[in-house]
Amino acid sequence: MKKHAITATVNGDETDFICYPDQTLLEVLRGDLELSGAKNGCGTGDCGACTVIFNGRPVNACLVLAAEVNGAEIETVEGMANGAELHPLQQKFLDHAALQCGVCTPGILNMAKALLEKNPDPTETEIRFGLAGNLCRCTGYDKIVRAVLDAAAEMRGNPS
Amino acid sequence: MNEIKRDGSGTNYKWVGKNTRRPDGVDKVTGRARYGDDMVVPRMLHGRILRSPHAHAKILSINTSKAEALKGVKAVLTSAAIPDHPLTEPPYPPIINDLHDISRNVMAREKVLYDGHAVAAVAATSERIARQALKLIDVEYEVLEHVLDPLEGAGPDAPILHDYQYTVGVDPTPDKPSNVFRVISGSRGDIDAGFAEADEIVERVFTSQPVHQGYIEPLACVATASEDGAVELWTTTQGHFVIRALCAKLLNMEMSMLRVTPSEIGGGFGGKNTVYGEPVAIRLSQMTGRPVRMVMSRSEVFRASGPTVGSHTRIRMGAKKDGTIVAAEAAVHYQAGAFKGAPIGRAVETFFSSYTIPNIQVDSYDVCVNRPRVAAYRAPGAPMACFAAEGVINELAERLDMDPIDIRLKNAVRDGDQSLMGTTYGRIGLVDVLEALKSHPHNAAPLGPNQGRGIALGYWMHGGGLSSVTAILQDDGSLSVATGNPDIGGSRSSMRAMAAEELGIDIELIKPIVADTGSLAYSHLTAGSRTTFATGMAVVNATREVIEKLRALAAKKWEIDAENVSWEAGQAVPAPSAGDGLKPLSLKELAGMATKMGGPIAGHSEINAGGAGAAFSAQLVDVEVDPQTGFVSPTRYTVVQDVGRAISPDYVEGQMQGGAVQGIGWALNEEYIYDENGRLLNTGFLDYRMPVASDVPMIDTVIIEVPNPNHPYGVRGVGEPCLVPAPAAVANAVENAVGTTMSDLPLSPPKVLKAVESVSGAGG
Repeated sequence: MKKHAITATVNGDETDFICYPDQTLLEVLRGDLELSGAKNGCGTGDCGACTVIFNGRPVNACLVLAAEVNGAEIETVEGMANGAELHPLQQKFLDHAALQCGVCTPGILNMAKALLEKNPDPTETEIRFGLAGNLCRCTGYDKIVRAVLDAAAEMRGNPS
Repeated sequence: MNEIKRDGSGTNYKWVGKNTRRPDGVDKVTGRARYGDDMVVPRMLHGRILRSPHAHAKILSINTSKAEALKGVKAVLTSAAIPDHPLTEPPYPPIINDLHDISRNVMAREKVLYDGHAVAAVAATSERIARQALKLIDVEYEVLEHVLDPLEGAGPDAPILHDYQYTVGVDPTPDKPSNVFRVISGSRGDIDAGFAEADEIVERVFTSQPVHQGYIEPLACVATASEDGAVELWTTTQGHFVIRALCAKLLNMEMSMLRVTPSEIGGGFGGKNTVYGEPVAIRLSQMTGRPVRMVMSRSEVFRASGPTVGSHTRIRMGAKKDGTIVAAEAAVHYQAGAFKGAPIGRAVETFFSSYTIPNIQVDSYDVCVNRPRVAAYRAPGAPMACFAAEGVINELAERLDMDPIDIRLKNAVRDGDQSLMGTTYGRIGLVDVLEALKSHPHNAAPLGPNQGRGIALGYWMHGGGLSSVTAILQDDGSLSVATGNPDIGGSRSSMRAMAAEELGIDIELIKPIVADTGSLAYSHLTAGSRTTFATGMAVVNATREVIEKLRALAAKKWEIDAENVSWEAGQAVPAPSAGDGLKPLSLKELAGMATKMGGPIAGHSEINAGGAGAAFSAQLVDVEVDPQTGFVSPTRYTVVQDVGRAISPDYVEGQMQGGAVQGIGWALNEEYIYDENGRLLNTGFLDYRMPVASDVPMIDTVIIEVPNPNHPYGVRGVGEPCLVPAPAAVANAVENAVGTTMSDLPLSPPKVLKAVESVSGAGG
């Protein structure tokens, strides 16, 4: 099978890689690009643990072919903090104990970030539906929803 | 709303009972934390396992030559490469009960016993080649009849999985093999006389389906075998010491040759207590001389790793007019999957242990069927028992026109009462839990149309056991605390809080780590809600040993007796009588001088912790049933639980909330769907439908603190009791909304719709 040479912007850096046409973005991120923050929970787009931002939209990296991201901008959890300063969502997840095992957390953070960009003042219900593609088996979602509500308030300039 | 009801003790604590930022938190929100399949090792090969497409079949032959010939394939393995362990081989307590079964579960030998059973494995230079190689392995099967249901499996005409298995615990000893491995009974009083006293008797049959733990991180490991016989294993597990023992015993290795390092664990819930790919990865690494990584896909996790049991329970309970329960009996079949080991002992224990019922009879059957070998799942054996027992109590309350909380209070066990298994309860918080639930605003809130309210009470006896800890004082005055328990839900926060409280220093100066099997003495699994209790106790002991050494060091410095030095708020303080001019020495000052004055300081503790005791969780849930579709939405949920002491309240609440939502899934959606050939159809998260954020409401919690007298900070444990009553409470709420009994889980839309229609049909 012929390989493809791909160039994409990953977390702000121009990044080159070579992939098979049937390889997923998730395989390349976790493999060649050593960005293992995107987790492989199912490989079929059902758990959301591999959610990354693809040209501003949240996607399951396991359902995107690596070859599709040529020329695109990809953001992963590794690029979320600004240097040593955590993103408000990351901060609020810690403050609200919104993670237990933490394996779903990178995907949920990305999905929440994309949600808040579209809707900076979501209701509880909007957050629950916005995160419905991201499975968490530990928390029962309660503290995750509260963390997103609080992060949204802070990002709007109304810290709780 | 979350609240804590404290008993008044512990108000002087600085760190215990306070919410602090977890030490592993930043790594987990930045993607830096390394889980099972995040490990990459130079020259690593990729292992994959070929699995049976049949529910039950003899393996006639396996031809691996074509796979071996594929370029990039470095090794192909069948059960021939794994040592056999005869039935007669003695167990290795307390870790391993049956190497014969575990070795056959890891790699099928004579027969395949379920769809997904491992039959061969390959190691190749890429995942892609490994997948191709699996397709080139020819396995010839003779397909046999299969059985999936526990009651059918126990029947006289069922296809027999193991022709060597004769039921244990029945008289006379059977002369024919059976799928029933064992019968365990428990009784007290006179069951017939008890029912003769009853004014009201409820008899029902309840069934529940096997459900998977549903951890989001699939099973994954990397094994690196050296030419000198040493093996290093990295794996996602709830107990690396157990994994070491299992792998070493299965592969006839000396345990000293295997070092196991646990990864961060992406959920376990009991499901990561045993081995699947680990022994296979080790053998492939030994065969190839290269590291081998073995990661299970999600469909492999569903097909081949252990869910909890499915159950069939016939239950009868009788009470007097005043609500006094006088007799209860249950006959329960738990399906163990392909190999014996359903938690029927815990079933006998948990069925009626919340109540002072004088006459009890429980008979339980451990039944093998053609499903994956069961594993533990959060209070193994208890939620399905609770579902049946609480179901009949709710019906009794209704028939006697009693409040469901009052009937429970009337029969609740109190301090000094005895469980069916003969345990005398010490200080327990059951009455406190029920009273808090009764006075909770949720209990008085009005219900809307198509809504119903359910209640259930769960009991669980926590584990203690073997834990080892080393606490190392560093030169800068910080304390490294190494435990042997993988941190599955925030236990490092609790370990840190207890050490900081003992030492009297800032919590950020305590650095908890999870150490590998070569660095500590044996520590049992992170399971049985035991870690904060047992390992926490060892943390306290080890920290106290450090304090003793610090007092001795200060005494040496001051040239006084150590008896004249006390430890207060993070510093050594001389007794006023010890002499003038002595100023307290801080931990930091002492740490700086330790290496110059006698040597480094560390404390350690290796214990077998006892006295964890019983814990109770009571739950109230409201649901709304869509009469058009039968879809059930929980609208309000309250969990009240006695945890002894909440060391890290945020994470205690998180356990209670997570347990409740797992119970919602168990009650409403989750089940395994097989085709007529015994092949699993729903092998992914799309069709094995666990609760998502939009399915559930906020989960309110009330933490009750009735401190456990057997723990220095009163810890009882928290992780398991919160799941126990959840399926029962949800099912009861659906019954209440629909207006008829619902006894077969899951209460999925088709079943609920049918019930709705039967009620409206009867009414109209």
